Amino acid sequence: MNHWPFVLAAYAIVLIATAAVIAGSYAAMRNAENKADQLGKRK
Amino acid sequence: MHAYANPTRFLALAKPLTLWFLIAGLGLVMFGSAYGLLYAPEDRLMGDSVRILYIHVPTVWLAMGGWTGIAIASIMQIVWRHPLAAVAARAVALPGAVFTALGLITGAIWARPTWGAWWVWDGRVTSVLVLFFLYLAYIALANASGDKGGVSRVTAIFGIVGAINIPIINRSVVWWNSLHQPASITVGGSSIDSAFLWPLMVNVTGFSLLFGAIVLMRMRAILAETKVEARLKRMAAE
Repeated sequence: MNHWPFVLAAYAIVLIATAAVIAGSYAAMRNAENKADQLGKRK
Repeated sequence: MHAYANPTRFLALAKPLTLWFLIAGLGLVMFGSAYGLLYAPEDRLMGDSVRILYIHVPTVWLAMGGWTGIAIASIMQIVWRHPLAAVAARAVALPGAVFTALGLITGAIWARPTWGAWWVWDGRVTSVLVLFFLYLAYIALANASGDKGGVSRVTAIFGIVGAINIPIINRSVVWWNSLHQPASITVGGSSIDSAFLWPLMVNVTGFSLLFGAIVLMRMRAILAETKVEARLKRMAAE
């Protein structure tokens, strides 16, 4: 049995999912911090 | 630890740490994964499928480490009423669930060429599946608690009680007959050859740093959202 399709699938799933969680967390952080900064300036 | 109960002091440390964790984590994971995929030797029995080791072990390590973090933060919330403990526990839940799912998926992909089956209901695999369901229940409880900045007392107690599953996962390969191999890395040392061990350690460190960066980013998001909510309430009251 050729193992490479299994190996490549495992790497692709982990790296894509990790990148997605990082990107999602970064976007949520930026949005929330920008909103807080804008409200702070509105005083 | 209480020195960082003040969000301003915490953020002064978290902002540079987020960036450094991200840069170092990405560098190590890219190097470790490329080495594991292209240059590490194949195993005498498992062949090329052994390369899945370099991403499977870090994901399961973080699945267990994530819940251990939730349990420690929950104890800090209940016993010492640390104001950031609940924020930290909430921030760990989602990446913890994602890495548990990744551990199960990569385990299934590895099992097919080595065990001949995608899934077996043995102690190790089943107890990690239980951990995944615990994460989902924790996220649901935390979202239902209504407290935007943290989690309720019931959620914290659930976080502590759920930690009983961590030693069960760890000892499952000893207590029950299992297709899963016994622990190769223990406090006493490692039975893995150094040719396989060092790229594994590079990836474990890299993924741990990325997990740390994700948790810090999610904590910063929760703190900023709490700040916005408090300010909007104050503006509405004026």
